[in-house]
Amino acid sequence: MTRRGIDRPLLAAVAVLVSVGLAALYSAGQTDVPTAVADIWQRQLIWLGIGVLAAALAFRLSPRMLEWLAPSLYGISLVLLAVTLVVGTGAGPAAGTKSWIAIGGVRIGQPAEIAKLATILMLARHLSSLREPPGGLRDLMVPGFIVAAPFVLVALQPDLGSAIVFLGIFFAALYWGGVSPKWLLLVASPLISLMLAFSTVYWGAWIVILTAFIILVRPYVLEGLVIWGTNTLMGVIALGLWEQLKPYQQNRLLSFLNPEIDPRATGWHIIQSKIAIGSGGLLGNGFTAGTQKRLAFLPAQHTDFIYSVIGEELGFLGVLVTLSLFAVFVLILVRIAREATEPFSSMLVFGVAGMMMAHILVNVGMTVGVMPITGIPLPFFSYGGSFLVTSALGIGLALRVSWDSRGLGYVPT
Amino acid sequence: MTWHDRHRVMRRATAGRTLVLGIFGILTLVFFRVQVINSSRYQLQSEENRLRPVPLRAPRGLITDRDGEVLVDNVPGYTIAVLASDADSLRATLDRVANILRLDSTRIDELMRRYRRARYEPVVIERNVPFELVSVLEEWRVLIPGLVVQTEPKRRYPYADTLAHVIGYVAEITEAELNSGLIPGARNGTLIGRYGLENQYDLALRGQDGVRFVEVDALGRTVSESPGQSTLEAQQGDTIRTTLDVDLQRYVAQTFPVGRRGALVAMDPRTGDVLAMYSAPTFDPNAFVGGMDTQDWRMLSQADDKPLFNRAIQGLYPPASPWKLMVAGSALRRGLVTPETHMEIPCRGGLQFGNRYFRCWRERGHGDLTLREAIQFSCDVYFYQLGLRLELETLLQDGTQMGFSELTGIDLPGEVQPVYPASTDYFDRKYGPRGWTQAVTLNLAIGQGENSQTLLGMVRFYAMLANAGGAAPPPRLVATGAPASRSLGLGERHLAELRRSLLAVVEEGTAARSRIAELRMAGKTGTAQNPHGPSHGWFIGFAPWEDPQIVVGAIVEFAEHGSDVAPLVANVMGRHLMGEDAPTIRSGNLDLVVPADSAPAPLPILPDSTLLRSSTPRRTRT
Repeated sequence: MTRRGIDRPLLAAVAVLVSVGLAALYSAGQTDVPTAVADIWQRQLIWLGIGVLAAALAFRLSPRMLEWLAPSLYGISLVLLAVTLVVGTGAGPAAGTKSWIAIGGVRIGQPAEIAKLATILMLARHLSSLREPPGGLRDLMVPGFIVAAPFVLVALQPDLGSAIVFLGIFFAALYWGGVSPKWLLLVASPLISLMLAFSTVYWGAWIVILTAFIILVRPYVLEGLVIWGTNTLMGVIALGLWEQLKPYQQNRLLSFLNPEIDPRATGWHIIQSKIAIGSGGLLGNGFTAGTQKRLAFLPAQHTDFIYSVIGEELGFLGVLVTLSLFAVFVLILVRIAREATEPFSSMLVFGVAGMMMAHILVNVGMTVGVMPITGIPLPFFSYGGSFLVTSALGIGLALRVSWDSRGLGYVPT
Repeated sequence: MTWHDRHRVMRRATAGRTLVLGIFGILTLVFFRVQVINSSRYQLQSEENRLRPVPLRAPRGLITDRDGEVLVDNVPGYTIAVLASDADSLRATLDRVANILRLDSTRIDELMRRYRRARYEPVVIERNVPFELVSVLEEWRVLIPGLVVQTEPKRRYPYADTLAHVIGYVAEITEAELNSGLIPGARNGTLIGRYGLENQYDLALRGQDGVRFVEVDALGRTVSESPGQSTLEAQQGDTIRTTLDVDLQRYVAQTFPVGRRGALVAMDPRTGDVLAMYSAPTFDPNAFVGGMDTQDWRMLSQADDKPLFNRAIQGLYPPASPWKLMVAGSALRRGLVTPETHMEIPCRGGLQFGNRYFRCWRERGHGDLTLREAIQFSCDVYFYQLGLRLELETLLQDGTQMGFSELTGIDLPGEVQPVYPASTDYFDRKYGPRGWTQAVTLNLAIGQGENSQTLLGMVRFYAMLANAGGAAPPPRLVATGAPASRSLGLGERHLAELRRSLLAVVEEGTAARSRIAELRMAGKTGTAQNPHGPSHGWFIGFAPWEDPQIVVGAIVEFAEHGSDVAPLVANVMGRHLMGEDAPTIRSGNLDLVVPADSAPAPLPILPDSTLLRSSTPRRTRT
């Protein structure tokens, strides 16, 4: 078996995913109730064309050049995000947010998507330059800031989903960069604290566990205090942050915890999506024949909830096949990261894998109610140009990294 | 050892792979639980998906006058709708209520089509149903599964025909419009502004529909009207404050000559605020509420006197004598004349030009006049010569520059573009390069010929004359004032001179001088010849003369003379400036210098069928 040349498994996995995604998008437009998305799969074809060009371009870029370009790209994307906050517009169901840059009233893209790639590049550049794995708060400051800047700008839009993706990228990169699990947990602890703060009992228990854990792990005293302090702070400001959220964001989070709380407004989406997926059963209602979708019970069936269409029409079998495809796709990316001959390329590909994983987990999880509704796209399935092009760029980079490691004959066991 | 040490990487890759597989495994388990273990439960729910969203229609925003007086509001009306589980049961229900609600088979077919468009939404059978009918239906409720009665806001036009052309009206969205998808946010039953301000500011007025959920059983019968507490309230559209003065508008509607066709516009020259705009004949927009049947619509839209036609912005008329101020202004600006200049040929009742004789409206002639006197007495012979002195190119160029070939830009849909040639190419195209003579110059000089203006355009021209600096903002009804875009380019000395001439038109020889002395008006009459019948009468003026605060222009079709129009305009100005105490002026005590202009070749006078077609009031702006 030749291991030289282009990475055929990756190409094949992506090709299959794109085909299934396009079919799902076609089906999403087939409704009894006329919608504006009936022919949207044709527009997705155009985006796919652009995506292929983008992937080809990324493939031609040498990792060295990317490493050199990373700070500029990162800076540009931060500026774009800041500009979006000022002049951005919303779209579709999220018309009140500022996620899009529009020129002359035509929305041309979501800078948050490109910023994800730029952040991965910047993280890769920084982490690959380290001799030793980061092992302490001081070492984690720089990567923390690299992610915090776009994270805050995106969270202000507000775009909770993309913010979560940045966290996914952050932890994936730290993990791949050799940060020990205990430190990963300590870094993540304020987030856990924030999430548990709605209940004094849970939060109190968490603080006790955390204190024990800190004593057990024994970081520097100052570090331990900072972590412990941040956790307490999170517990205190949680209520204030909660009140800062827009009512629709609160509802989304609340109805994620308990959809029956509000079965008509926000819980509606989750309930309808679960009904669609559940009624699909083992084998599904048949391609394009989903009744929930046809009768327009399913919200945003061409973007956020496209996976519900799969669930309803292709059943558990279809879900099993598509989830396996996604798993294979992510594992191929991990394999490429592992085979990479130098740290920057390796980190780059693993970052892309982390981004894809975050998107898949949050989107698919949302349709069955195990993740909050955040409106982030499912790779290769959801209609939308910005993320499709971003994914394509990521795949182009992975193909290049794979090509380079094979070209050197570096085929690990 | 760096972190990229091969053994470490291998170890992390293995652990990472396990993590990824674990996450996908959990997701698969979750789907397995929903799709396989609990599938039957969800299948049942899907079949009888029991919550049906019933849209709560947002009340459209209010429209008020400049003082906040409400011109359009909403009152509750009853709407009858049916929720159906499938087409057959809907047809059965419709057949059952067909007698009570007087539904014919075409209407039933239309309702069936609507149902297919949105099965999960109630099919609205009738809006604006009288209460008696509702109570009858409620008695029969058991036999009518899925009946939904709800109150919905209904548009009310308290000023009815007084404000019809400005406010406009609304009508339900049509099937074709829904299919086109051109109207954002529209759905079955959305009311769309069709005309006037309702159309111009449709999106802002529309508000945001809410939703209420009705629980139905598997047969589509309503189980409970509103399970739980959660409904999404409808949000009323924005209130729109216009520049109109409704007292003045009402006064105009009351005093406009009964049975006459025409229009009147009153405007504040300093801001462009339109204070009143009236077009006659008018119509009652309340007739459109709740849907108008085809026959009534045909009667209204095809009537001979075109009541749906806003003559203030859609009627094109030869500007006639009021136009002479443009010619005089152009000549003064170019320094060709002074107010004291005499012409070579004194007026003897006409002017021989080439082989044609162009008459003055006064057969006896005016004698030798200065420019000031020529404006005052509206002497055609003087202006024929002034036009020749200016030359055709200059006349066309200056008119275009003053904005006579453009829309005024008022925020109302359907304004018609005036006709004014930009250069002599127009004549070359129309008549062939040698097919026309300097005679067109003579026609243009007295406001006839290839020149058709809207009333609003002419009122804006007089606003420019009235304002210091010779510039005026574009007329507006709601939008915040834009800066003046056009200027006459005249110095204050010349402007004052023109204003003085206009004052002389009204004051010289006035019988009731003492009565009007408190309110010195300046203005110009005009009579536009009309090949279809008696001439149209113009009057445009402004007051008070010293510091103009209002410009009023009116045109009355087939009025024979501008003098019949002048009292109307004078009274409107009086009413605005002096309130209800203003003395009423009748044509008897306002002895104007009145021309009956001759016009060798007038353009066909509109309303004209070609223009009506291009500005059908039903069209929708999105």
